[in-house]
Amino acid sequence: MENRAMHFKARAGQKLADVLLQENLGKAKSRFVGMRAKAIVEVDDFEATREAAKLLRNRSLDDLDLWLEQFEQQATRRGATVLWARDSAEICKLVIDIAQRHGVKKITKSKSMLSEEAGLNLALEAAGIQPVETDLGEYILQINDNEPPSHIIAPVFHKSKEEISALFARTHRRPALTDIQALTREAREVLRPHFLSADMGISGGNFLVAETGSVALVTNEGNGRMVTTLPKVHVVVTGIEKVIPTLEDLSTLMRLLPRSATGQSISNYFSLLTGVKKPEESDGPEHLYFILVDNGRADLVGGEFAEMLRCIRCGACMNHCPVYQTVGGHAYGWVYPGPMGSILTPLFTGLENAIDLPQAATLCNQCGVVCPVKIPLPDLLRKLREKQMERRLRPLTERLALLAWGWMARHPRLYALGTKIGVRYLQWLAHDGERNDRIRILGMATEWTRGRDFPAPEGKTFREMYAARKGNP
Amino acid sequence: MRVGLFVTCLVDMMRPRIGFAALKLLEAAGCEVVVPAGQTCCGQPAYNSGDRESARQLAIKLLDEFESCEYVVAPSGSCAGMIRTHYVDLAGEGEALARRMAALSSRTYELTDFLVNVAKFDKVPGDYQGSITYHDSCSGLRELGVKTQPRALLAQIPGVALHEMKGAEECCGFGGAFSVKFGELSAAIAEKKCEAIQATGGDAIVGGDLGCLLNIEGKLRRMGDEKTKVLHVAEILAGDTKGTR
Repeated sequence: MENRAMHFKARAGQKLADVLLQENLGKAKSRFVGMRAKAIVEVDDFEATREAAKLLRNRSLDDLDLWLEQFEQQATRRGATVLWARDSAEICKLVIDIAQRHGVKKITKSKSMLSEEAGLNLALEAAGIQPVETDLGEYILQINDNEPPSHIIAPVFHKSKEEISALFARTHRRPALTDIQALTREAREVLRPHFLSADMGISGGNFLVAETGSVALVTNEGNGRMVTTLPKVHVVVTGIEKVIPTLEDLSTLMRLLPRSATGQSISNYFSLLTGVKKPEESDGPEHLYFILVDNGRADLVGGEFAEMLRCIRCGACMNHCPVYQTVGGHAYGWVYPGPMGSILTPLFTGLENAIDLPQAATLCNQCGVVCPVKIPLPDLLRKLREKQMERRLRPLTERLALLAWGWMARHPRLYALGTKIGVRYLQWLAHDGERNDRIRILGMATEWTRGRDFPAPEGKTFREMYAARKGNP
Repeated sequence: MRVGLFVTCLVDMMRPRIGFAALKLLEAAGCEVVVPAGQTCCGQPAYNSGDRESARQLAIKLLDEFESCEYVVAPSGSCAGMIRTHYVDLAGEGEALARRMAALSSRTYELTDFLVNVAKFDKVPGDYQGSITYHDSCSGLRELGVKTQPRALLAQIPGVALHEMKGAEECCGFGGAFSVKFGELSAAIAEKKCEAIQATGGDAIVGGDLGCLLNIEGKLRRMGDEKTKVLHVAEILAGDTKGTR
């Protein structure tokens, strides 16, 4: 997908001014946050489960090559073909090759963020193959001129029912419906013939289990089952970091994933797909391919950002992020939004191509607290900021201001003088005859006063007053 | 108990009365309070902006100034959290320095946390009358576990009626340098916080971190709210709310 992360600030401004979006975000937020809070208390010891999940994900990643090899052996033994893709271009090429080899004209797709990374739909269309998104959210986006998703598990997080109703009426040429169930039924009716006529299905993969060579799919709509069992060819596209050693590990992670994501004890559908259809089985694909993708992941293994690879893509960090809640996912400009996106986008697409993202966080650590695999997201954002400073990727004025302030703070006498003058100057600025307690427009920090006043200082520094008090007890 | 008061740079410049209120409370709790004269900043702005070297030097400066104190107390969860949870990281390779940093960190407290859990303070002098709501600042809450401490102290003042707001634990949008890098966005987050505050109908919003309070006060006033008072918990506990607006 094209990276527009460089325009975060401008896009955030547009999103703030979008009244309808603001309304939609408000509604969606309270639903996800509230449902997760209710669901996590069902687990006897949620915190201990998080810790266990963190350790098992670390274990998987510490010997990633080993588990991937074991996965490849096991999957191959069960009739699947395991392929490796280094980047987006390789993903597209492999998928198109497979499709052409099997004479595929139409592909049904279950949700896959890797497919978004690769821009797969556009590549397929260019190759004369029709991709049909069947996840309801992804379908809505596809018929809306291939709009990108704004959330990793709820692609149309930013849309209202009314917008979708109008889109359906326009696209399906049917009367506009208002009821969500009716809208869903309409999508079902439209998608059904595609399910039955597709020659190939593409899905993502929530986890890959090394000991069995299986892929686990966590879904809510049932489309995943249709995509992975009806067509004769099934292609799984997922990241190399998704592999875990055992089914036991899978059960630990499954205690956390749906609860953290949607606040469900368990998702409506949970599929564990292993191997191709056997002669005695009634359904399943005759050909099963795994495309395991690097696209920047391997470089992170063993490095200072390795903890990010633990991510199980639940979306809890964005659901709880004050910035995401305020601007939505599109402002972030690439595939992954919110705190995890602000880390992954610069790591996968280049720090110089996402200057704002590591800075676009208050470091409130609500994301770190809810992350089911305990990724210290604020610490990683801070590390990216350090890299930006090292590589001089922040504006010169910002770097100079920071250096000047840091130097002053290390020289207490100059600091005392500077702050003494500074607070008096600010107080003078606050004088407007009527009220003297605030500054409406602050020249040195206009960003602050764009949306709020700057409260005036008292007028003297604590150190002055304390020295005076000690002098005259 | 010999306590070093780390006033914090924001309180020093913007609201000295909060520093004096903290001083009064610590003395009322029986502490011998020292205020090292050369203190400036804990280094958090540099640390969070990616200037690790400046942050490290400021951490060493603070260590030198406060190492002789039995405890370090700051009227800010953010600054205390910086010292407590990040100084060891800043010490780097030097083992001796890391040990000194770790020792200082373990003796560093946010004001209300110190008053409740170390000083066992039960003679809160404040006599505030009115309904308030409390904003849990992010660093104090999530780095130091400051949640019940300010409420326990406020409960000692008979005239204080606490009405919790919706989302008290949610960020106010300040975020230090974030507030001037993304002013519009920061103010938009603050607006939600202010709406939650106003919905309680309380006459004051109280918190433990001046950064958040300046953000909230600035937004409330811009929204035309001249009525809701914005107070640091130290002011209300010390009974020094006269000079406030």
